[in-house]
Amino acid sequence: MRKLALSDEILLSVQQPARYIGGEVNMVVKDPSWVDIRFCMSFPDVYEIGMSHLGIQILYDMFNRREDTYCERVYSPWTDLDKILREQNIPLFALESQDPVKDFDFLGITLQYEMCYTNILQILDLSQIPLHSRDRTEEHPIVIGGGPCAYNPEPLAEFFDLFYIGEGETVYNQLLDAYVDNKKQGRSRRDFLELAAEIPGIYVPCFYDVTYKNDGTIAGFKPNNPHAGEKVTKELVVDMDQAPYIEKPLVPFLKVTQDRVVLEIQRGCIRGCRFCQAGNVYRPLREHGLDYLKHYARQLLETTGHEEISLSSLSSSDYTQLPQLVNFLIDQCSSRGINISLPSLRIDAFSLDVMSKVQDVKKSSLTFAPEAGSQRLRDVINKGLTEEVILQGAMEAFKGGWNRVKLYFMLGLPTEQREDMEGIALLSEKIAEVYYDTVPKEQRHGKVQIVASSSFFVPKPFTPFQWAKMCTKEEFLERAYIVKNKFREMKNFKSLKYNWHEADVTVLEGVLARGDRRVGTVVEAAYKNGALFDSWSEYFDNSLWEKAFEDCGVDPDFYTVRERSLEEIFPWDFIDAGVSKEFLKREWQKALAEQVTPNCRQRCSGCGARGFGGGVCYEDQD
Amino acid sequence: MKIRIKFLKQGSTKFIGHLDMMRYFQKAMRRAQVDIRYSEGFSPHQIMSFAAPLGVGITSNGEYFDIEVLSTDSSKAMVDRLNNVMVEEIRVLSYRKLEDSGKSAMSLVCAADYTLKFRENNRPVDLDGFFRELEDFYGQEQIRITKQTKKGQKEMDLKPLIYRLERRGEEIFMQVSTGSTDNIKPELVMETFYQSRQQNFPEFAFRIQREEVYGRDSRGLLIPLEEFGEDIE
Repeated sequence: MRKLALSDEILLSVQQPARYIGGEVNMVVKDPSWVDIRFCMSFPDVYEIGMSHLGIQILYDMFNRREDTYCERVYSPWTDLDKILREQNIPLFALESQDPVKDFDFLGITLQYEMCYTNILQILDLSQIPLHSRDRTEEHPIVIGGGPCAYNPEPLAEFFDLFYIGEGETVYNQLLDAYVDNKKQGRSRRDFLELAAEIPGIYVPCFYDVTYKNDGTIAGFKPNNPHAGEKVTKELVVDMDQAPYIEKPLVPFLKVTQDRVVLEIQRGCIRGCRFCQAGNVYRPLREHGLDYLKHYARQLLETTGHEEISLSSLSSSDYTQLPQLVNFLIDQCSSRGINISLPSLRIDAFSLDVMSKVQDVKKSSLTFAPEAGSQRLRDVINKGLTEEVILQGAMEAFKGGWNRVKLYFMLGLPTEQREDMEGIALLSEKIAEVYYDTVPKEQRHGKVQIVASSSFFVPKPFTPFQWAKMCTKEEFLERAYIVKNKFREMKNFKSLKYNWHEADVTVLEGVLARGDRRVGTVVEAAYKNGALFDSWSEYFDNSLWEKAFEDCGVDPDFYTVRERSLEEIFPWDFIDAGVSKEFLKREWQKALAEQVTPNCRQRCSGCGARGFGGGVCYEDQD
Repeated sequence: MKIRIKFLKQGSTKFIGHLDMMRYFQKAMRRAQVDIRYSEGFSPHQIMSFAAPLGVGITSNGEYFDIEVLSTDSSKAMVDRLNNVMVEEIRVLSYRKLEDSGKSAMSLVCAADYTLKFRENNRPVDLDGFFRELEDFYGQEQIRITKQTKKGQKEMDLKPLIYRLERRGEEIFMQVSTGSTDNIKPELVMETFYQSRQQNFPEFAFRIQREEVYGRDSRGLLIPLEEFGEDIE
């Protein structure tokens, strides 16, 4: 019988005990006493969210291929168990062996969104690992962070020993080899950090000192250890088909958010939307070959038994062999009761044809992401979607039987004016009118339903908008009311629905996204005030954060609404993410001049990512 | 072709709820490439139905569900194929063919066996005394209880629904009425017993295990659900 860290009494008194027992299909079992490295991989959110993440599954598989390594997992205990672990002083444990995380060699934490930062401290705290890197000894695991938020790791600098900047498939083996060597030679934690600092893509925060000017901006950011370089260059997989993918993904017992096979078809994006961090930091676009994808589609469906397969990428329509891939999947799946899900598709004749084959038209809805309400503002953000294309796509979809449309927008984008906000309502109205013009009365299944949602814009590092001033909470809400009121004036008001996001949490996300080391003290204070699961609206309590800012003497406005000069040194400037600061500046200025930039397949814009030697930059050149 | 599958659910898998077990087996059918029948329509689902849901926290040596298949290998081969894709603590025990007119496991269920083991902290000091009292309790002509139902409280006699209640070494064995009408949980029997002794029933008093689930054959005898089917050679 498998050993469990928690007693029956505890497991039967918490919600969803299956979150804490491990033992899932395809879980890797090894004898911990036979390995050199015990690595615990963590997603700092609840199990059902964490288990849905593809990146961890890739690394889990990759690490466990090493004979000398046993990689296990841990997620954030839900608030009910959190309380019990604290009361009974039970150390947080890994799901596989059920052993305490504090006894591992590594604790790897993926940083997928800013609002999980207090949960990182929860994981450390419940594991009984000191929160601060400087307080850890030879007894404690090396705490390493990676993932999108590692592109500005500074708010978390105090809590991590290492950050891995970029894509995980490349230098982890080198890092683990260095760890084993160091351990076998009986050398110290600090020796290992020095070895790690010399590996490309690895950032050791304690080997850098930051100085600040009187106005609070950064004066200098310098290494204080000879092993640490001035710049850390992101790691990137040059040839996607050479990178390891998952052979046997874990299949949870619980219904998790992403309860399906996820097939990554490409990484990166050619589009260059100026608000999008992923579109910049994952440059250049690199595709998987068709044979590779066919092989893994078959393999993953077989080893998991999932009833759905989903293609993953930032913009699936840009995958050059999409029709061949989709036809293959339809061929494979339709007779076996397997659904195909195709997110992030551009709505056009091809995608509508495919969607009508794989989905129930009556039940599904179409999604457009115009992101901004007017063409002017769409030019500013470089979103190459025009009103004409949207209306044309909607018309074809309505002819095909769809009558539900979802529209995604952002509010608070740079240069946004009242007309841009009102454009959200006007565009929604135009789509409704297309429906009533296109579909004759007798063929209508009730009203057309158009749901427009807006999130509030957060400027992110390594985007052309990293210089942008963010709105205040009041400005955000004012803008949402302008849109809402405009919706009321529309002729087809009853067919339209408008939702908007919460503003408090957006402002906080803005602080953390472009924060520096001083923001780390606020994260810790907020955690100590009780902030946890901040990305869950029912748990988010802004007052805990307000108090933390006040107690730490940190002004959130400095990070959000301040104007930044082009000369300012940003906390993340020591990272070379591929896209040069010069390129980002050019794009920022073009944005303000309302000029669009063509996509990577139309014309190279010299962003700097060509230096990696692969991907779309070299297409049609071999 | 109708098939009945028997499996056991042990150890940590007792924390997996009924709906998640159904999803688990749906995926297992695909991994084992069972040629299962799907319903018609735009989102086809597997033809699969479970006999009697098992509560979270209870292990079992005899769980059942029925499926329909379009083709099949021998029982032995299918059991092996399924066990190759199971997790360690869930094992398929039998895979048997039912007659086309055979009733579903769910509609057949009318009794189940349970064993209850004392947890360490709940073991009575006077074990023999405990079992004597249990025997007296079961020996009553009537065991009146008030059951909380959706429509309010209902007075009922538990006695005819407890088919057997006896000592087996240090364990309690019981066979109780199970199914859509008169579904008796072993906890209810024990709770009633504790109340009859003027004691509170401790929440985690026993480790409970379901041992077998029964239906009635044409003569009205209780027989294990798997015996309604036959092995495929």
